[in-house]
Amino acid sequence: MNIHQPRADIADTTLAIVEALKGLEGPLLPILHELQEEFGYVPQECLPVIARELNLSRAEVYGVMTFYHDFREHPAGRHVLKLCRAEACQSMGGDQLAERAKRLLGIDFHQTTPDGAVTLEPVYCLGLCSCAPSAMLDGEVHARVDATELEALVQEARR
Amino acid sequence: MTVKIYIPRDAAAIALGAEKVAKAMAEAIGARGLDVVIVRNGSRGMHWLEPLVEVETAEGRVAYGPVKARDVTSLLDAGLLEGGDHALCLGKTEEIPFLKQQTRLTFARCGIIDPLSLDDYQAHGGLTGLRHAIAMAPEAIVAQVTESGLRGRGGAGFPTGIKWKTVLEAAGERKYIVCNADEGDSGTFADRMIMEGDPFVLIEGMAIAGIATGATKGFIYTRSEYPHAIAAMAEAIEIARKAGVLGPSVLGSGRAFDMEVREGAGAYVCGEETALLNSLEGKRGIVRAKPPLPAHKGLFDCPTVINNVISLASVPIIMDKGAAFYRDFGMGRSRGTIPIQIAGNVKHAGLYETAFGLALGEIIDHIGGGTASGRPVKAVQVGGPLGAYFPRALFDTPFDYEAFAARDGLIGHAGIVVFDDTVDMLHQARFAMEFCAVESCGKCTPCRIGSTRGVEVADKIAAGIEPEKNRELLADLCNTMKFGSLCALGGFTPYPVMSAMTHFPDDFKPVPVVEAAE
Ligand SMILES: Cc1cc2nc3c(=O)[nH]c(=O)nc-3n(C[C@H](O)[C@H](O)[C@H](O)COP(=O)(O)O)c2cc1C
Ligand code: SF4
Ligand code: FES
Ligand code: FES
Repeated sequence: MNIHQPRADIADTTLAIVEALKGLEGPLLPILHELQEEFGYVPQECLPVIARELNLSRAEVYGVMTFYHDFREHPAGRHVLKLCRAEACQSMGGDQLAERAKRLLGIDFHQTTPDGAVTLEPVYCLGLCSCAPSAMLDGEVHARVDATELEALVQEARR
Repeated sequence: MTVKIYIPRDAAAIALGAEKVAKAMAEAIGARGLDVVIVRNGSRGMHWLEPLVEVETAEGRVAYGPVKARDVTSLLDAGLLEGGDHALCLGKTEEIPFLKQQTRLTFARCGIIDPLSLDDYQAHGGLTGLRHAIAMAPEAIVAQVTESGLRGRGGAGFPTGIKWKTVLEAAGERKYIVCNADEGDSGTFADRMIMEGDPFVLIEGMAIAGIATGATKGFIYTRSEYPHAIAAMAEAIEIARKAGVLGPSVLGSGRAFDMEVREGAGAYVCGEETALLNSLEGKRGIVRAKPPLPAHKGLFDCPTVINNVISLASVPIIMDKGAAFYRDFGMGRSRGTIPIQIAGNVKHAGLYETAFGLALGEIIDHIGGGTASGRPVKAVQVGGPLGAYFPRALFDTPFDYEAFAARDGLIGHAGIVVFDDTVDMLHQARFAMEFCAVESCGKCTPCRIGSTRGVEVADKIAAGIEPEKNRELLADLCNTMKFGSLCALGGFTPYPVMSAMTHFPDDFKPVPVVEAAE
């Protein structure tokens, strides 16, 4: 997929996004979200453009971006599988589910399968604690995930 | 006559297949040429029955659940439209004991109305509170909220009226209402349910807060983990703006108030109010030292009310029915109702709104029906990742801020996570430290370093390395974190750790298996 290659138009796209959002009060997070939506991660090339347009130092922008778990410095896999690691999900076998997912994918959390298909990420609560354990695949929520459903999710993501 | 069928759009229902049910239902209705509309409502909060499908009949709404897409045909064959009998039929929704026994004030409309219909909202009493507020002086609104006894539902339980009074009296050209919808605690989903199931009540509450304090702009700061809530709120704000509920003249009052939704980026600490304000300003979510209070110098240094979703969503009913009506519910200094979120390993998981004062054991054993696994309850964690673990011996504790504090616990955002007897409390204590280490904003050493040391010490205890000495060390570390941290992330992480160690000492004395075997 072309989002994994350096794009010549990154600076232009960034500028367009910054221009569109810069009028907001406190525009930096909305801008970073929009960039990640666009590119799948926040490319290095964006930072000087944001810094210049918002009158911040590049270090400040970088500092903000790296503070938040959501923003990626590098592209993720084609699919992102998030598994809830928090207490309510633990009480319903979340830890075992996580081990199973790691085995099925052959990777640990924060890693991507070698074929670039799936990135596995932890998430601390999806607000589905009454139907634990829960997961999110590419933004779609799944509750009461058992071994069978996990396999189905992994298979879907593997494609 | 057109029949109404309700299929929730709540994220929990969707995560359990509600979209597929809605799709199958729409197709079946089309194929059979039935005169039916499908309303995508919020959740009633009985999550073990989701997706819960309801049909409106002459006798009231009849419920079916949990419904799968493949059940649609047999439901329609059984006469779903007339509330016909079926294996999944639960009878009249309002008669289901879990729902019937509740006192729904804040959640009065959640699951009942179409969340994005302002007409439906008004037909069920919506906007009455705001209309009353508009006719009042700001001081009188603040007084009414104060007299209701409403305390912040975000965790700290600070009186909402007093916070508003400070902002009202603060000098400032520009003031803000910030809604804390960051709901990061495990075991909680009340904020999410309101935003998805009755977003106008939050908008109304924020507009009242604005008119009461002189703030003209509001922000709802919510989590990126809540895409459905973000979408519902954004759509509801748009509808409210078009209808003149928001904008330069709120309901024609001549007073301005508008708002937007902002999305966090996966940092638990951004639920802490000052970290949240930094995040809204586009900074790292680092906790600010207080004073100055946000009420004096908050967002962009302007006077700011920052309240939890449920605090704000409880204001419309107070302005509608009066302070005394609300205050008459509850016990001690905990007035009104609290939406208790029952989660984890529990049979009847969901949201239960009731007056303060129910005993913890009543909630878990009777309302929750015990564990989902059928095994004995070993521990419950109340109040999220910073809340204490309680054993059965403390199940007589009434649900009340002071009663929980007296037993070294907290009710926090009122989430309860139930664990059966397979849970290892040392493991849970270790997780509390690990969570603190992952989520620490890094400003103070006891939290940032202490939590990492805490994980190591817990590992040593688990490995049987000098357990006595390491248990003391863990307690010592907790003490340092408790008294040396700037905010409650570092300061309250000792609650789960120490309660686990105090109430479940056996789990902290692992049998030295390896040596014994050799
Ligand atoms: C680490 C941490 C996380 C918090 N998370 C939340 C949260 O997700 N939602 C919330 O309303 N309050 C949260 N709080 C409490 C807020 O700091 C603050 O007390 C609350 O927003 C005030 O609103 P209230 O008076 O309506 O409760 C958190 C506090 C800490 C220390
Ligand atoms: S206690 Fe932890 S999260 Fe709170 S201010 Fe200190 S370092 Fe930040
Ligand atoms: S703890 Fe997993 S969804 Fe809340
Ligand atoms: S997504 Fe990584 S901790 Fe929140």
